[in-house]
Amino acid sequence: MADSKISVKNLRKNFGSLEVLKDISLEVTEGEVVVLIGPSGSGKSTLLRCLNQLEKVTSGQIIIDGYDVTDKHTDINKVRENIGMVFQHFNLFNHLTVIKNMTLAPVHLKLLSKEEAKDKALKLLERVGLADKAEAFPSQLSGGQKQRVAIARALEMNPDIMLFDEPTSALDPEMVGEVLAVMKELAREGMTMVVVTHEIGFAREVASRVIFMEGGYIVEEGTPEEVFNNPKEPRTIDFLSKVL
Amino acid sequence: MLMILQRYGLMLVAALGQTLLLTLLSLFFAMIIGMIFGLMNVGHNRVFNFIGTVYVDAVRGVPLIVLAYFIYFGVPAAIQGIGFDTFRLTALQAGTIALSMNCGAYMAEIIRAGIQSVDRGQMEAGRSLGLTYGSSMALIVVPQAIRTMIPSIINQYIITLKDTSILSVIGFSELTNVGKTIMGNTFMALQTWTIIGIMYMVVIVTLSKLSKKLERRINRGR
Repeated sequence: MADSKISVKNLRKNFGSLEVLKDISLEVTEGEVVVLIGPSGSGKSTLLRCLNQLEKVTSGQIIIDGYDVTDKHTDINKVRENIGMVFQHFNLFNHLTVIKNMTLAPVHLKLLSKEEAKDKALKLLERVGLADKAEAFPSQLSGGQKQRVAIARALEMNPDIMLFDEPTSALDPEMVGEVLAVMKELAREGMTMVVVTHEIGFAREVASRVIFMEGGYIVEEGTPEEVFNNPKEPRTIDFLSKVL
Repeated sequence: MLMILQRYGLMLVAALGQTLLLTLLSLFFAMIIGMIFGLMNVGHNRVFNFIGTVYVDAVRGVPLIVLAYFIYFGVPAAIQGIGFDTFRLTALQAGTIALSMNCGAYMAEIIRAGIQSVDRGQMEAGRSLGLTYGSSMALIVVPQAIRTMIPSIINQYIITLKDTSILSVIGFSELTNVGKTIMGNTFMALQTWTIIGIMYMVVIVTLSKLSKKLERRINRGR
């Protein structure tokens, strides 16, 4: 448990009278790549969004890097600096250039000087293959490019956890590969990742653990091998028969 | 017509100056009022939401002319009633307060709508990077909201400029009030109101042309 990066205990989340997460417990250790799969409405995105408190939990406890983020006294902004998040719809800041998108937060939070942030951003852009787009506006980029910028923007903060909320769901098919490639590289480098995705191929290849959710519960979890090749729960089998 | 211009030209220019002074003062305070109540209404704090809604509903629910009477006559009467015998408001002070409150309520709605037109994901992305609500609002959401707000804000500016004429009822010597005086002295209604109308129109058309230019320049970045 010493290297537990994320620890979720008895998490419940209601939207009004609708119970979206019912008693979720989960441990993620350093360097693990956990992939959440499940039908829409199963609560996987909500679970992800609870981890960095974009959604407030109804009850239960979430501890990230030793900080109880469900505790009101925790400085959630400080914790979030270490949790990168990539959204389905990219959420790039449309009024800012790519480089400004990336440097805004670290410079404003005084984590990096302007020059440091810029140098770092350029290196990251090179890494995601977009060095020539530093001065472009988001509206001038393709979906795949936007998402790669969004990943680079998150990495600029030097996070030790990355959350991905259906990062390829809004992309045209031919652009999915370029985004997954960046994610795979991140995984190889040992980043702790929690990924909500429908990309079963990605999960097979990269996940250290696959979690199948349905109806607000974790129904089944295990290695990709276990979950995809020998699912035990009927609901998992049913779901996989539809997506594989 | 020429006679009016010759005899009352200076008076008309001074009156236009008063109209513009009242407009600028009111717009300045309305912007502040609008930002405060507009931001109260977009947040998730119930108390702020309530205060913001009450303000906007109350002010929008009262005709400007009633508000002007209330502030010019009603408020000083109340303050005198509690012992400050000599308290009075000048027509400019009362007019500025009434018009700022009125325009501020509409401005609050424009600002609320503008901010809510920005995709929620923008705020979430800001928060996920560790920025506070305030910083995300100031650095990410508001700059994008302003683009969509500008046409409505300019429209409101023009309405406010025209609404200054209502304050002739509390004796503020702006353009319309001076028009009444001139008409009373000369009995040349058609000529007087033609001149007054043209003066308003020239200022307003000039302003809206300028603002169109500004709007275009701001949108060019996109």
